[in-house]
Amino acid sequence: MESVTWKIGGEAGFGIMSSGTMLCRTFSRLGYHVLATNEYPSLIRGGHNLVTVRIATQPFESLNKDVHVLVALNKQTVELHKEELSSGAIILFDPKDYEWKQAEFTKEVKLIPVPLADIVKEQKGDPVMRNTVALGTTVALLGADFSAVDSVIHDQFKRKGQEVIDNNIAIAKAGYDFVKTNFANESSVNLGKATQKEQQMIINGSEAVGVGAVRAGLKFAAIYPMTPINSVITFLADHAKELQLVYKQPEDEIAGINMAIGASVVGVRSMVATSGGGFALMVEGLSLAGMIETPLVIDLGMRPGPATGMPTWTAQGELQFAIHAGHGEFPRIILAPGDIKEAYSLTVDAFNLADRYQVPVILLTDKYLNESQWSVPKAHLAGDVVIDRGNFVKETELSADGSFLRYDLKAGGVSPRSVPGMKNGLFYANSYEHDELGHVTEAADKAAAMGDKRMKKFEAIAKDIRPPTVYGDSEAEITFVSWGSTKGPILEAMKLLNAQGKKAKLVHFTWLFPFPSEEVTKLLSPITRLVDVELNATAQLASLIREHTGVTITEKLLQYNGRMLYPEEIVEKVLK
Amino acid sequence: MPSVTANAFTTSFLPTWCPGCGDFGIWMSLKQALASLNIGPEDALLIYGIGCHGNMYDWMKTYAVEGLHGRALPVAQGAKLSNHKLPVIAICGDGDCLGEGGNHFIHAAKRNPDITVMIHDNQVYGLTTGQASPTAKAGFKTKSTPEGVTDEPINPLTLGLTAGATFIARGFAGDAPGLTDLMMKAIEHKGFAVLDILQPCVTFDKVHTYGWYRQRLYQLDKEEYKPDNKLKAFEKALEWGDKIPLGILYKEDRPTSEDLEPALSGAPLKDLPLTIPNLDGLFSEFI
Repeated sequence: MESVTWKIGGEAGFGIMSSGTMLCRTFSRLGYHVLATNEYPSLIRGGHNLVTVRIATQPFESLNKDVHVLVALNKQTVELHKEELSSGAIILFDPKDYEWKQAEFTKEVKLIPVPLADIVKEQKGDPVMRNTVALGTTVALLGADFSAVDSVIHDQFKRKGQEVIDNNIAIAKAGYDFVKTNFANESSVNLGKATQKEQQMIINGSEAVGVGAVRAGLKFAAIYPMTPINSVITFLADHAKELQLVYKQPEDEIAGINMAIGASVVGVRSMVATSGGGFALMVEGLSLAGMIETPLVIDLGMRPGPATGMPTWTAQGELQFAIHAGHGEFPRIILAPGDIKEAYSLTVDAFNLADRYQVPVILLTDKYLNESQWSVPKAHLAGDVVIDRGNFVKETELSADGSFLRYDLKAGGVSPRSVPGMKNGLFYANSYEHDELGHVTEAADKAAAMGDKRMKKFEAIAKDIRPPTVYGDSEAEITFVSWGSTKGPILEAMKLLNAQGKKAKLVHFTWLFPFPSEEVTKLLSPITRLVDVELNATAQLASLIREHTGVTITEKLLQYNGRMLYPEEIVEKVLK
Repeated sequence: MPSVTANAFTTSFLPTWCPGCGDFGIWMSLKQALASLNIGPEDALLIYGIGCHGNMYDWMKTYAVEGLHGRALPVAQGAKLSNHKLPVIAICGDGDCLGEGGNHFIHAAKRNPDITVMIHDNQVYGLTTGQASPTAKAGFKTKSTPEGVTDEPINPLTLGLTAGATFIARGFAGDAPGLTDLMMKAIEHKGFAVLDILQPCVTFDKVHTYGWYRQRLYQLDKEEYKPDNKLKAFEKALEWGDKIPLGILYKEDRPTSEDLEPALSGAPLKDLPLTIPNLDGLFSEFI
């Protein structure tokens, strides 16, 4: 097989997520391309958890609807997912949970009963370690040597000591041997030869944001826990000591953004991360950052709303909210990564843009991107990083005559920045309308001039605005328009369309605001069939495009049920 | 001898407070306290809330953030963690710090950052022309409570004590020398120092006047009171009515939030290099 999709399901607390991660690492280290997504309800014990892992010999961009192996750690997993299986799929289950029979399925399946609980018992493991047996059996089914998973288990448990490592390896090996002994001829999902020669990482979107942030010189983050950005917290908190940064858990998102602003005022690169509800609380602080011209990076991980919504599912509902958030008018920049590489590189860009223009920069991520794990070449996140701190003054450049003006109108939109503690750099970071030093003013001319100064940043930012990236065939009959993580399924859909002789292309936005009006007008105006693909109900990108270009996209593929689109669903909709 | 004088903080702005406002006394004492500690305009960061108190920044020459109503303490903590060598003082109002910012006050106290918060406590919202503040005493008639305040007042001293503040004091805007001394001790205290400053609002409060306070206030340090016992501090903090104590109610040494951050053992965050020397170490967990 060139591509195998494997699902493991069971109750929350069964170790489903870590099995997925270990499987990804195993095959990533062997040189396969890997993607794992998770689905789980917003609770810690009980409820149904599912991890889907696609492993392929060639690069790919998303899951598809094929499912070749289902590992069921309880009866419910089969009940919930049997209709998703491809014909001939393997179902690996513990007969102690339920004795599945072919007659109970509408399509042909291969039933592989494995005494998961008994194997754990024989190896004197904890009952929860059935997932480790499942991992071993999976490696056997996919046709890999056990040695591949051995080192992954070792690394996963090394903090817990040799005994735990040995026990896990023994349990996985018992599962591996069980398949090799009892299903020796089962080769239907043996993988073809791996092709990736570069060393790969297994990383999720939030971790990629974290890596981008620390590589850009992040020194302070104040992040209130919220799905789907919790991996950023874990990453930063775990590395705070070694990377010499401070992660502070604030009492709420209002405190978080104000702390980050305080850090930025004294000259440190800072960020916050949250989801829609937390961002709603931050909006007042966003306006403060705009007013006092303090750089700030906000990772806004989207999930379905309104209100608490569906916390552990995905959406793209905050584009227009991010653009319009904040009382008063002030510039901000909005970027949206669609994959791991973009999550990393746009985060680095976000810090540079924030400093260069002294504005808040919002990164629109989402649950699907933030919590799905991809294999990516290490080189994608390891290249040189350019750090641009913008118009920072040095203490030695400041004159003792008191002439320094933090909000100097003559400097154009972006004026020089000092930091508290510098000699001769005094200023007031004032939330009231202010003069060039930061003193309050309500004078009509001064207020208008300072408002103009802030708005001039739009002109300055224009130099950096990036047009959307175009993927696919320039002669396409179908042109998809997207932002964020729907990119992957659309690219996969284009492959399927091509295979049917339909040429398609994708106009993918990573830079959303200020909107690249001119380029997009030129790009989209001549196109006859545009299909807007978004995970929201109001086609927020399409309305942004119309607002800034006059181009109206009538064909919209909108999904707002918390799920990512499958490529097959996209194909079906456009061919209908 | 300190080289900084109180005049060093003069700006081209003149106060816009009402004549006789308690804020004048606080302002004068703050200038004197900073000068006495040899902290000049460029040596400290003052974070103000929004309210009559907050307007002080215009006639108080220091690095300053005039932030959002209630949000001075989070800004102050972010700044302090990012430059722990920089003295950070939060100038707050009672409505500002205990109403809109009540949650921030509690959590700042529990973390114990090396920050001083000076609460201008006058029981009213002056800038919005005289509504009841969280510290307004029961029965107090204001524009928002024409029949008198019905809620229990928030007591900044007991709140600070329970939340974990390591320095609790009360001053009086009409006692400049005493207030200056308390401000100096609060700023010098290593940890979260709460200085509640009783401040007559001459425009919107005709009850709690300078005279009203002077008849009741007494100095704790003139008695045999030692600020080292939390329970005794509670007793003193709860005294109100005929006798109202002034001075340091409580003081303890506890590591600050900056002390407990491994990254802050040396130079401030703002001076640390931005590049990561060992990427392989960072990436090994992802392989």
